[in-house]
Amino acid sequence: MTVAVESAASKSRGDRGPRTGPLQRMKRSYQKYWYAYAMIAPVAVVLGVLVLYPLVRGFYLTLTDADSLNSARTIGVNHIDATYQFIGLDNYADILWGPTSYDRFWSHFIWTIVWTALCVTFHYVIGLGLALLLNQKMRGRTFYRMLLILPWAVPTFVTVFSWRFMLADSGVINSMLGSLHLPQPQWLEDTFFQRFAAIMVNTWCGVPFMMVSLLGGLQSIDASLYEAAEMDGATPWQRFRHVTLPGLRAVSSTVVLLGVIWTFNQFAIIFLLFGGTAPEADILVTWAYQLGFGQQPREYAESATYGVLLLSILIVFTSVYRRWLARNEQLAV
Amino acid sequence: MSTTTLDTPAAATDKAPAAPARRVRRRGERSTAASVLTHGILIVASLIALFPIAWLIFLSLGPDKDDYLHPGRILDTASLSNYSFVLQHTNFFKWLGSTLIVSLGTTVIGVLFAATTGYAVSRMRFPGYRKFMWILLVTQMFPVAVLMVPMYEILSELGLIDSYGGLILIYCTTAVPYCAWLLKGYFDTIPIEIDEAGRVDGLSPFGTFVRLILPLARPGLAVAAFYTCITAWGEVAFASVFLLDDTKYTFAVGLQSFISEHDAQRHYMAAAAVLIAVPISALFYLVQKNLVTGLTAGGTKG
Repeated sequence: MTVAVESAASKSRGDRGPRTGPLQRMKRSYQKYWYAYAMIAPVAVVLGVLVLYPLVRGFYLTLTDADSLNSARTIGVNHIDATYQFIGLDNYADILWGPTSYDRFWSHFIWTIVWTALCVTFHYVIGLGLALLLNQKMRGRTFYRMLLILPWAVPTFVTVFSWRFMLADSGVINSMLGSLHLPQPQWLEDTFFQRFAAIMVNTWCGVPFMMVSLLGGLQSIDASLYEAAEMDGATPWQRFRHVTLPGLRAVSSTVVLLGVIWTFNQFAIIFLLFGGTAPEADILVTWAYQLGFGQQPREYAESATYGVLLLSILIVFTSVYRRWLARNEQLAV
Repeated sequence: MSTTTLDTPAAATDKAPAAPARRVRRRGERSTAASVLTHGILIVASLIALFPIAWLIFLSLGPDKDDYLHPGRILDTASLSNYSFVLQHTNFFKWLGSTLIVSLGTTVIGVLFAATTGYAVSRMRFPGYRKFMWILLVTQMFPVAVLMVPMYEILSELGLIDSYGGLILIYCTTAVPYCAWLLKGYFDTIPIEIDEAGRVDGLSPFGTFVRLILPLARPGLAVAAFYTCITAWGEVAFASVFLLDDTKYTFAVGLQSFISEHDAQRHYMAAAAVLIAVPISALFYLVQKNLVTGLTAGGTKG
């Protein structure tokens, strides 16, 4: 698709006038690019000022020992200058190999990986299952769809509080479990169940996006492919395996990538569900936030170091993922 | 199952979809058992999707702050008193004002930027195109933690801490790249001949974009606007740090203030949460028809 547009675009520009000297062509291409650059200029400026500059600045902070006690600040009318110092890569060394680095970094790191893998798997599998069910002709399809996207329609910070009420020690979920004579775990206190609850809530919140995207993907698969497969005697499973899944590959590769990035960086759910009371259930993002803003003194440098580490993990993952996709020639970018 | 199709002579293949339907079930038709199973699964899933929200609405009717532990009591004492308290005695309307300013501001600015960017990357192959798309993708994965500290410093130097402008700018940085990506996919589906026709009729490139392409891309723009709006409406991390004055809180921060105090006013919080969720969910359902097309256009074509 992209290729088609590209060729069409270049052809149309080429056809506009008779082809003359290279000078004129250069001028014309300059005009074309000038236009394109003008269109992206606002975004480039905003991203440059508010993303790239902070990124560089943030990276510099990771090389210092900045915290809220030695940063520049204004108290009343007095302005106090920053007194933090450049300490090189000490922050990284301390976080990755320093004493108690397992408790401070590696345990959160492992939990973040587990969290991302489990959540995205659940999102995708449940989302695909529901999308397949919704893709059939049946009564009440629209109605089901409206209900099923409800967790997406209602803002996360609202629904998380609802879950918090439900998961409270003698809240409705434990009452139900109690009436069924099942054990009633302390969802918001015990580490294992905190993690369990976080994954559960995130799955609940994230499935509708996957479902809607995959449903769109399913609807764009040519029905004649199914007919052809059926004629050739393919069983339902074979049709799913050899028609549906390949047809969904383009959508899947994009939504899985987005899902991994979003889940890895998921802040609101864990932050609001436990309100900073559950360090064991913090993934790296919320943990970095606790260090930087949830405690006194605020450890700016350490928090930023976690941020840079997080970003490197994601960039490595994305590069590998894209390379893997490119080998399968699937991503259109 | 369908092997019967193969047995029929080649001449019959023209009306093949109809012919074997007599003997084999037509595609899309299911046995009663399968149909019951499908509906059963969908009903259970819908109930799971609905329950936490319905529960919140139910709890918001209970007049006591510990009613969430004794839901039975609510049935007898249900009233709308929590709602009237939230509307009359809290900063609810101030929060509504801030949330509206921030989310609408982000939507307008964000969609405008995203549309021009999306159009440029959809129609032109300028030098640096691939790098630019890659940057748009990379900004999607910035964890809040990496930018929050430096952004906090920059905004405090600019005097934008505790202001709506600063928050809008920050939200744009997260919303614009995604929307540009999404809109690029949408613009790709609009035939390039339309641009050409506009140019032939003497429109400038910008004129083509504003007067021909934008109106055609309305569904895509709606999705982008919706996405931006709901992102800004529900953002927690930046709002929690950058807003200091409790009359300027957005809902995401304001709602937390009900329980961060010593006295956890859960009944008021539930009522406020319901009030907050209503307008944004209504907006969601207004644009949800375009959601599938918009998202997959962005998704499939990257």
